Amino acid sequence: MTTAISVKNIGKQYKIGAAESKFRYNMLRDVIVDTFSAPVRLAKAMIGKSDRRLNQNYVWALKDVSFDLEEGKVLGIVGRNGAGKSTLLKILSRVTEPTVGTVAVRGRVGSLLEVGTGFHPELTGRENIYMNGAILGMRRAEIDSKFDEIVDFSEVTQYIDTPVKRYSSGMYLRLAFAVAAHLEPEILVVDEVLAVGDAEFQKKCLGKMGDVAQQGRTVLFVSHNMSAILRLTQEAIVLNKGQMIMRGPTQEAVDFYLSSGQSQAGERAWDVDEIPAASAPFRPISLKVRDVRGKVVDTVRSTEPVTVEFTYQLDAPITGLRIGFYLSTMRGEYVLTSFDTDAQELFEKFDSRTAGRYVSRAQIPADIFNEGRYSIGVNASSFGVRRYFMDENAIAFNVDISGAPGTQWPEPRVGPVRPRLDWNIEKVE
Amino acid sequence: MTEITKHEPHTIYIKPSTGLAALNLRDLWIYRELIFFMVWRDVKVKYKQTLLGMAWAVIQPVMTMLIFTFLFDRVAKLPTEGIPYPVFSFTALLPWGLFVTALNQGSRSLVAHNNMVTKIYFPRLILPMSSVFAGLVDFAIAFVILVILMLYYRVAPAWHLLWTLPLFLLLAIITALGVALWLSAVNVQYRDVNQALPFLTQFWLFATPVAYSASVISDKWQILYSLNPMAGVVNGFRWALLGIGNGPDLTLWVSVGISILIFISGLFYFRSMEKTFADTI
Repeated sequence: MTTAISVKNIGKQYKIGAAESKFRYNMLRDVIVDTFSAPVRLAKAMIGKSDRRLNQNYVWALKDVSFDLEEGKVLGIVGRNGAGKSTLLKILSRVTEPTVGTVAVRGRVGSLLEVGTGFHPELTGRENIYMNGAILGMRRAEIDSKFDEIVDFSEVTQYIDTPVKRYSSGMYLRLAFAVAAHLEPEILVVDEVLAVGDAEFQKKCLGKMGDVAQQGRTVLFVSHNMSAILRLTQEAIVLNKGQMIMRGPTQEAVDFYLSSGQSQAGERAWDVDEIPAASAPFRPISLKVRDVRGKVVDTVRSTEPVTVEFTYQLDAPITGLRIGFYLSTMRGEYVLTSFDTDAQELFEKFDSRTAGRYVSRAQIPADIFNEGRYSIGVNASSFGVRRYFMDENAIAFNVDISGAPGTQWPEPRVGPVRPRLDWNIEKVE
Repeated sequence: MTEITKHEPHTIYIKPSTGLAALNLRDLWIYRELIFFMVWRDVKVKYKQTLLGMAWAVIQPVMTMLIFTFLFDRVAKLPTEGIPYPVFSFTALLPWGLFVTALNQGSRSLVAHNNMVTKIYFPRLILPMSSVFAGLVDFAIAFVILVILMLYYRVAPAWHLLWTLPLFLLLAIITALGVALWLSAVNVQYRDVNQALPFLTQFWLFATPVAYSASVISDKWQILYSLNPMAGVVNGFRWALLGIGNGPDLTLWVSVGISILIFISGLFYFRSMEKTFADTI
């Protein structure tokens, strides 16, 4: 077996703008000095002698990551937002350079980092296929030979000579994905493309990914969809705060990932640097799982109710805010979704939330969960307006089924829920 | 699906670049079709959803020429060395138009395509290059207008000098590309370029003998004047097409030298900044 990708100690450092700029213009004198020194600053910056450098903070988006990947293997990459997944893919696809370290890549790298890049709304579907193909590094002859296949896959045959600005967003994405999916590089890098399109098309995309993997091509696959990761990859790495904290068989890596990042069992607290700037004015603080006695626990009993408690801070009032919990199994299947303003009277009462600290608490009744480990995702959004914050796998907890229905038989039961149903046995004859 | 290409893949090493970056002409060659597609797209999209379409490529230089004729010929009565003023100014507007398009489109090319720059790898040089080449289509259309003007005013071209025209066109392209390389790279980090462009274009027009003849500049200032490479380009166009002016003399070589200097330094500046484009854009 030959090595397709060999990553050695790579790191990527980013500058983050200094806080000083916020208070820079509070004096007229400063403004004037600033204005007159601007050309000097520009000249200095151009020759690389920026005087701002001292004030700037640097962060390592990726640090000391090393791994080898053999040809024909499919590697999953999991990690929270900001863990460095995208930075890693950008380095591998040569969009950006590492600050330190080296990567040896054998063959052409095709990337599905963003489908539809270079699409121009005024051009027709046909023209965009050629344009996009060229941007992705395909030869004209190569596009010619795959043209029909691309059009078939995209399901927009009828509209192929219509400018894409007349397309629906679904058609647009299908066409864009079709071009990218027919690129045939030795190494394919995929990031979250499966989040696009309807369920039917997503299935088709996953199928296509499976084909690619079976043809012996090397694939790097990043997704928040754990069931897709589990289905498509045999091996995965886990990134956390820019570092690779684990590499192993996918099931183990996914379990590890879903249970990592908790400061203590049953509780998840968000550090300042984990919260994206775009979340403002919403600020998550902690998520706790409590048992029936109010204790923060890692393992709950299936026969007792469980309380999930989300604490957050609003730095400014938000209208129409709703906090959602997403419960899923470790395989990535969703069990349920619930929002704190599902009830009509709460919906009306908390239509607008003033600035301050809040706790949204939900009690999940007893006799819901089956044995195993579950994950809770949180989401804060205003319906149809904006999503403030999202963490798909904020916390995980175990469920102990002693005393649950059916435990008199020592056999596992399939299905994520284990409710106590109202059975009625009647002798009719 | 077809099988994987059989040719032996070569290994690419990704590491932090140090010092002066090599030009990497190999990648530029691999992506040559992309240059073609970008130019084709720019041309195709430029006049979409306009009532007059390609006619704009004719209207713009012709209107400028008419305004110049009114101001500098009828009102100011500038000397034109015996050539009817419309032909005199239009000859200069050809390379000037190419230069201005390249300057404006080229300088904005990286920022305008920032989604491409931050998402995919390709030689970034392609963006300013294709902006400059796209200007050649307008140039060709304007050239036809010039031929019509010359026929109308019965101005005979300088047949024996005409062969030098492609060389001056090349000089115009090198100058435009050189400036576009510098400004597009600076624009990635400092959008000041966007603000400065209209002013820069206007200033540069006055510093170039488009509306007037270079002979109105007194001799002691000629060398200083030729530090503007576009002066050399415009004088060269008039000389090659109409046979007026001095032809290649010291001032031309100064212009050529400056132009090549801007181009080469632009290439290296662009290449050395290229690695930070995706992070700072």
